[in-house]
Amino acid sequence: MNVKSIPISAWVGIVGIAIAVLCAIFAPLIAPFGEREIVGEIWLPAGGDFVLGTDNLGRDLLSRLIYGARTTIFVALAATVLSFALGMILSFAAAVMGGFVDQLFSRFNDLMMAIPTLIFALVVLAVLPQYLWVLILVMAVLDSTRVFRIGRAVALDVAVMEFVEAARLRGEGSLWIIFREILPNTLSPLLAEFGLRFAFSILFLSTLSFLGLGIQPPAADWGGMVKDNKDGIIFGISAALVPGAAIATLAICVNLVVDWLMKRTSSLKGGRGDA
Amino acid sequence: MPDLLSVKNLKIEATSYPPGEPPKVVTLVEGVSFDLEKGKVLGLIGESGAGKSTIGLSALAYGRGGVRITGGEVLLNGRDILNLDRAGINEVRGRHVCYVAQSAAAAFNPAHKLGDQVIEASLRHGLMSREEARKRALYLFRVLGLPNPESFGERYPHQVSGGQLQRAMTAMALCPNPELIVFDEPTTALDVTTQIDVLAAIKHAIEETHTAALYITHDLAVVAQISDNIMVLRHGKTVEYGTTKQVIEAPREDYTRALVNVRQAKREEAGDQSGALLKIEHVHAGYGNGFKVLHDVSMHLPQGQTLAIVGESGSGKSTLARVITGLLPPSEGRIMFDGKELPKALKGRAQEELRRIQMIYQMADTAMNPRQTVRDIIGRPLSFYFGMSGAKKTERVKELLDQIEMGSRFLDRYPAELSGGQKQRVAIARALAAKPELILCDEPTSALDPLVAEGILNLLMKLQEETAVSYVFITHDIAIVRAIADSVAVMHRGRLVRFGAKSKVLSPPFDDYTDLLLKSVPEMEIGWLERVLKTRRMESAGN
Amino acid sequence: MGSGPITGPVLTEGTARDLGAQSADLAGVPAKPHPTDSAEIGGTSWRRFVFRRPLAALILKRLGLSIGLLFAVSLMIFGGVEALPGDFATTYLGQSATPQAVENIRKDLGLDRPWSERYLSWLGGAVKGDFGTSWASKQSVSEQIAKRLGNSLFLAFFAALISVPLAVGLGMLAVQFRNRMPDKIINVISLAAISLPEFFIGYLLIMVFAVELGVATFPATVYDTMTLAERLSAIALPVATLVLVVLAHMMRMTRAAILNVMSSAYIETAELKGLGTFRIIARHAAPNAVAPVINVIALNLAYLVVGVVVVEVVFVYPGMGQYMVDAVTVRDMPVVQACGLIFAAFYIFLNMAADILAILANPRLRHPR
Repeated sequence: MNVKSIPISAWVGIVGIAIAVLCAIFAPLIAPFGEREIVGEIWLPAGGDFVLGTDNLGRDLLSRLIYGARTTIFVALAATVLSFALGMILSFAAAVMGGFVDQLFSRFNDLMMAIPTLIFALVVLAVLPQYLWVLILVMAVLDSTRVFRIGRAVALDVAVMEFVEAARLRGEGSLWIIFREILPNTLSPLLAEFGLRFAFSILFLSTLSFLGLGIQPPAADWGGMVKDNKDGIIFGISAALVPGAAIATLAICVNLVVDWLMKRTSSLKGGRGDA
Repeated sequence: MPDLLSVKNLKIEATSYPPGEPPKVVTLVEGVSFDLEKGKVLGLIGESGAGKSTIGLSALAYGRGGVRITGGEVLLNGRDILNLDRAGINEVRGRHVCYVAQSAAAAFNPAHKLGDQVIEASLRHGLMSREEARKRALYLFRVLGLPNPESFGERYPHQVSGGQLQRAMTAMALCPNPELIVFDEPTTALDVTTQIDVLAAIKHAIEETHTAALYITHDLAVVAQISDNIMVLRHGKTVEYGTTKQVIEAPREDYTRALVNVRQAKREEAGDQSGALLKIEHVHAGYGNGFKVLHDVSMHLPQGQTLAIVGESGSGKSTLARVITGLLPPSEGRIMFDGKELPKALKGRAQEELRRIQMIYQMADTAMNPRQTVRDIIGRPLSFYFGMSGAKKTERVKELLDQIEMGSRFLDRYPAELSGGQKQRVAIARALAAKPELILCDEPTSALDPLVAEGILNLLMKLQEETAVSYVFITHDIAIVRAIADSVAVMHRGRLVRFGAKSKVLSPPFDDYTDLLLKSVPEMEIGWLERVLKTRRMESAGN
Repeated sequence: MGSGPITGPVLTEGTARDLGAQSADLAGVPAKPHPTDSAEIGGTSWRRFVFRRPLAALILKRLGLSIGLLFAVSLMIFGGVEALPGDFATTYLGQSATPQAVENIRKDLGLDRPWSERYLSWLGGAVKGDFGTSWASKQSVSEQIAKRLGNSLFLAFFAALISVPLAVGLGMLAVQFRNRMPDKIINVISLAAISLPEFFIGYLLIMVFAVELGVATFPATVYDTMTLAERLSAIALPVATLVLVVLAHMMRMTRAAILNVMSSAYIETAELKGLGTFRIIARHAAPNAVAPVINVIALNLAYLVVGVVVVEVVFVYPGMGQYMVDAVTVRDMPVVQACGLIFAAFYIFLNMAADILAILANPRLRHPR
């Protein structure tokens, strides 16, 4: 792969994601104040000691934003990785085994997808206890339905190729066929899909937190920060917009990279890629 | 009087965008000149990439997807159509020059009736009233031999067969009474038996209407039947340009000579055909939805020989290959291999049984993993069946590459870096690596250009002499059967029509279907089409 | 909700592909009756019906599928929730409740009956429009929902009224200027727009139009005695938010659908007939593009119905979405289940409408052999 061939838009995305990830990793070093530390009056305007002002309890907004990056990115990433693992394993199993297994998995997946994700999440979270791992699991399971669908379609596209048939005729086992014949040919579209799912997870987590069903206070996360500060809006206090903008920026950055990956995938159709 | 069409020193370019590199300008056609008189037919012939379609479309001042005509002149009745404005070009297209595409199925709009599409150009150019256009369409449907010409125009594209669509497309081109029609491989996508009917219909129609034509094809034998002059193209340049008689009977260039002489080879069949390495006994097979494809098929193949299974699409010949490999277990009957019955399904077969039967596919492109190098592709059967590794494996891969006449410099290439013929050779090497006793060849040459295909056939025959491997060779092409087979099985609609030694199957008395099939493969001989049409007994199934 | 625009391309792609495969599969029966096998087709009367009226059969099949899906969804929303760990009564009273209190409340809420019995009575009620009583307010769920559902639909309807023509128009514009500046600008903006969470757009609009400029009202309260004009002015900002959320996505899909048609071989045929641009678009592209575009619209309306949830919370609008979110926070299960079922029903219905319209617009199915 040629570094020079990466377009500017993708660079913007990569840099944006890198900044967010650095903030997440080194939050205690970067943040001027603590995550839950009350440092001043409520809703102080930006400037002075507090670069972005303070929030509804008088905590430093910038510090909470930096710590929030940690929670938001960790939960979204964990949910995406889990949903990918789940979706890919099930979808490849369905595509390779075919027949009854495929029917069973696919019909159940159709059923899961017949309920809108947010509604499904609301119903389930109404019953389940509010733990972080429950939240991650629910997000992952709901999202894995999309991964399953894409994964199965991609795997089936490849699985009907004659080189897979040739491997089968040779007597190769399912593991070889999946990992050596199918997977290398599906990496590009799946990488793009991973990005797409990650962007979605960020938005979805923020939405749940905003509705009060995601990450519970006092831990900082971007969606929850919007919820905390939303009452300031009518008084012209823009504290709620700052974390909102952070969510939007990160999602845009991820989508910029995804867009580039997708274009790259389609322009390489039939080619051998960057191997 | 000036010629109808006069192309002078044509140059056509396109821009390609290789990933990760700056865009490149590629010259597709250079220095091509020819003239076409009123009512005459010029055949443009060449292998894929020769630029023949691009030249054909230049007669309509059209470049497909980023292709640009950058030099030379295209004079229609003495007027250069490359310098016309939009309105002028629209005036030429559909009125003076019409186009018949290779795939009529895609070229017709699925949302409108065939009749409306056929007369559209005539109406939009104000050439005739709707009533007159209808009458002309009816007349053309009759001339082209379409069934129920009165109601044919009322049907939608998906309601008629491929052969009929191709004729309807010809009617659409002829309807506005153009002076020139560009035929772009109009019969290539059709079945062999259908191809001849459509070819005859096209020839009849352009003779009847005195229309001039550019006839583009890769098959010299086809163009010999229809054109007055022939231009042979290669890599966008003219190789030879002359009358049909001169090009076919006294070619001047080596390349043309090779094209003319392709598949002249005939192999003597083996004398003793009594033994049986492979024996197919009363096989019935079908797919899950109750659709039965094979009915009571039996045949056998002695060791070291070649059995050709011949038939058109839908005859069940590829299904038979799937039954032999175990991908599709037969519902009745059995497959005997080396005296023992093979387990019906792939899953039940032992590794050793799988090793002894290998397969070569039609599309080498999809038959090889694009993410593996030639070394991996050929090496895998070696490690899988024989547990080879390291230097020993590499040594054997090199040997195999030498055997397929490619050499070890290809070791670390990816399939995308190989030509079509090279890919098929690698596929052969992969099959050979398993040291099989039987190789199933499913139309391994039909996607290749004639000269490349001939090279593959010669290689297969050489390998048979060296290793005594047996072939089941599936094809629709009688010429290939003549060239390589010892015994022949003719299949039609899932049934075995005829089976036996080549000399017996290919000599009279024929059953009707074999007769049709034999008379459907154009021969490199002027006047062959007329002769064959007179003596045919059966109409092709698909029309 | 955020899931709409982002999941969109994936879901739609899948639906389109599945539908294609399904139609091809089903159309295969009447499309190529093998001459020798005509005797093998037939059998049951359903098969004969499929053979003679493939279109009606396909639509019936799709309808049946939706009803079955709805039934399965009801089972999931009710039974699936039961199967999850945690006891309603404990949840309802909190962890510190005495066993006696839990026992009482279980009896009170009818939780002591077997769940299959409760499911059947719940489903029986739901079919008649009776969703029981709310645990929190002790009021009839159906009555509460009836009022709020109307409000939500009112919001979604106006959002659709504005976004559909706008999206289709902009999509066509992007095709017309394909790969030139307007197309590129539209592309970048829409990429950004699908990345914005609804609540961010909402608060941004409130900040600018309600707080800074003072031209719009917030919160978007509506009540029974309001006139239509008052209502419309109240929902101006929520509608604008919904339009922005759904617009970019719908436009991208419209552009892709039209481009797909424009690059097909029959458009080249029309061009080589010397037809004018207008004729090509009106006569040859439009009839084939209508179906995919309608499909795009129907699918996006499905997202819109769900998208109201977040927007209602942002604008404190008394609709179904807010009702459901409130119920979830206090774990008022009858309300959560009722709202979940109704939202899912709308979603399933609109997806079905999209598929049926696509079937109807397919000439291969409309004019069988």
